[in-house]
Amino acid sequence: MGKISLEVNGEDVELDVADNTLLIHALRDHLRLTGAHMGCDTSQCGACTVHIEGQAIKSCAMLAVQAEGRSVTTIEGLADDGEPLHPMQQAFHDNHGLQCGFCTPGMVMIGIDIARRHNVPDAATVRHELEGNLCRCTGYQNIVAAIVEGAAKMEAQP
Amino acid sequence: MYDFTYHRPASLDEAKVLIDENEDAQPLSGGQTLMPVLRARLAMPGALVDLTRIDALRGVNMEGGRIVIGGATTHAEVAQNEQVREHCPALAALAGEIGDPQVRHRGTIGGSVANNDPAACYPSACLALDAEVRTDRRTVPAADFFTAMFETALEPGEIVTAISFAACHDAHYEKFPNPASRFALIAVFAARLGGATRLAVTGGGTGVFRWQEGEQAVDRGEDLAAAPLDEGRFTGDLHASTEYRIHLTRVMAQRALARIG
Ligand SMILES: Cc1cc2nc3c(=O)[nH]c(=O)nc-3n(C[C@H](O)[C@H](O)[C@H](O)COP(=O)(O)OP(=O)(O)OC[C@H]3O[C@@H](n4cnc5c(N)ncnc54)[C@H](O)[C@@H]3O)c2cc1C
Ligand code: FES
Ligand code: FES
Repeated sequence: MGKISLEVNGEDVELDVADNTLLIHALRDHLRLTGAHMGCDTSQCGACTVHIEGQAIKSCAMLAVQAEGRSVTTIEGLADDGEPLHPMQQAFHDNHGLQCGFCTPGMVMIGIDIARRHNVPDAATVRHELEGNLCRCTGYQNIVAAIVEGAAKMEAQP
Repeated sequence: MYDFTYHRPASLDEAKVLIDENEDAQPLSGGQTLMPVLRARLAMPGALVDLTRIDALRGVNMEGGRIVIGGATTHAEVAQNEQVREHCPALAALAGEIGDPQVRHRGTIGGSVANNDPAACYPSACLALDAEVRTDRRTVPAADFFTAMFETALEPGEIVTAISFAACHDAHYEKFPNPASRFALIAVFAARLGGATRLAVTGGGTGVFRWQEGEQAVDRGEDLAAAPLDEGRFTGDLHASTEYRIHLTRVMAQRALARIG
């Protein structure tokens, strides 16, 4: 397809990508947005989760060209450097919702998606909704606590 | 990733032309199955024809009491759709339990039935609810559509445009998910259609099927636990033995029927 235009983190971008480029590679290698991680290569771990039009998707299972004309949000788009963190990021910080941090960008992005769909989800709902995100470190306890709190904070925001 | 070309038609006619012109072209919908397959080089089509921006393939309509779901409608859209929830809540619930939220945001019903994974969810609902698979060429009853595991009645290049289901309130999908993949280790879609019981089983390993001896046993008021169940329908693997899958089938069927009441 050659050049495609899309919106990434609120800015219009033009990308020169081959048809077979995965969205995750376009984001990481072409745009240097290295927050989303490639964890598994089999669509199971969710470390590559970003939003398309506000919906969480796995960017390893989508071609960059499929995002043409769409709005993409990555972890980098949640808060500018030096600005206050997004409530979901802050909740991960406050609840010690990460250890090595590899899964964290995906966890935060699915956390926001869960909050948008469930408003103030309880822990059981969050666990169920985390089906597509794996963490090798934390045992999930603090991740679940962080998403519950982050969702409540998002709901309380004006 | 190996090399291929990507095409994004805006209409079904355009899609058909693209598929005809590119000999080894393959439809692409949600990519939730196809992308991992391509990355593993299990298939290497030279051209992908993206169906997801063809408006005519998206959304839900009621036609003569049947629910008609466009082929490119995502699992999340089906799960949330008011008409599906009203006219067949079990189908909406099934869609809402496929994989995980990210998969449901991309994966489509057309891709799911075309792929016919032996552990997929939708094919069981298709058999139990007398679905008809509409393509760009014809309409195929579900009973003739799912021919073998990963195989369907689709001809090369044929596009699933919609699936129509009988509306049904007396239905329930009971799934025992594989804890790793979320696909069905065994799942049973039970329904009462026109006074008769339907039990469609997925996850057995050889492809979706209707457990007709079980249906008849229920309709005769007999004990389902004793109804014959063809062992040849089941295989064992590292996730579950053949015996366990057979056992689970009886349990899931009974649970599903108990939910219908
Ligand atoms: C982590 C994970 C968990 C999953 N869990 C489940 C689960 O619990 N239950 C379940 O049922 N599924 C599950 N799936 C599979 C998921 O539902 C897929 O979305 C679905 O099987 C394929 O749909 P798709 O739209 O993604 O199709 P694609 O991946 O785009 O295509 C799949 C195949 O169908 C063909 N195709 C696509 N659309 C059409 C069409 N309209 N007409 C003709 N051919 C077409 C393609 O050429 C390809 O061969 C899971 C997938 C993943 C990654
Ligand atoms: S890298 Fe995308 S799901 Fe693991
Ligand atoms: S914090 Fe290490 S993988 Fe989750």
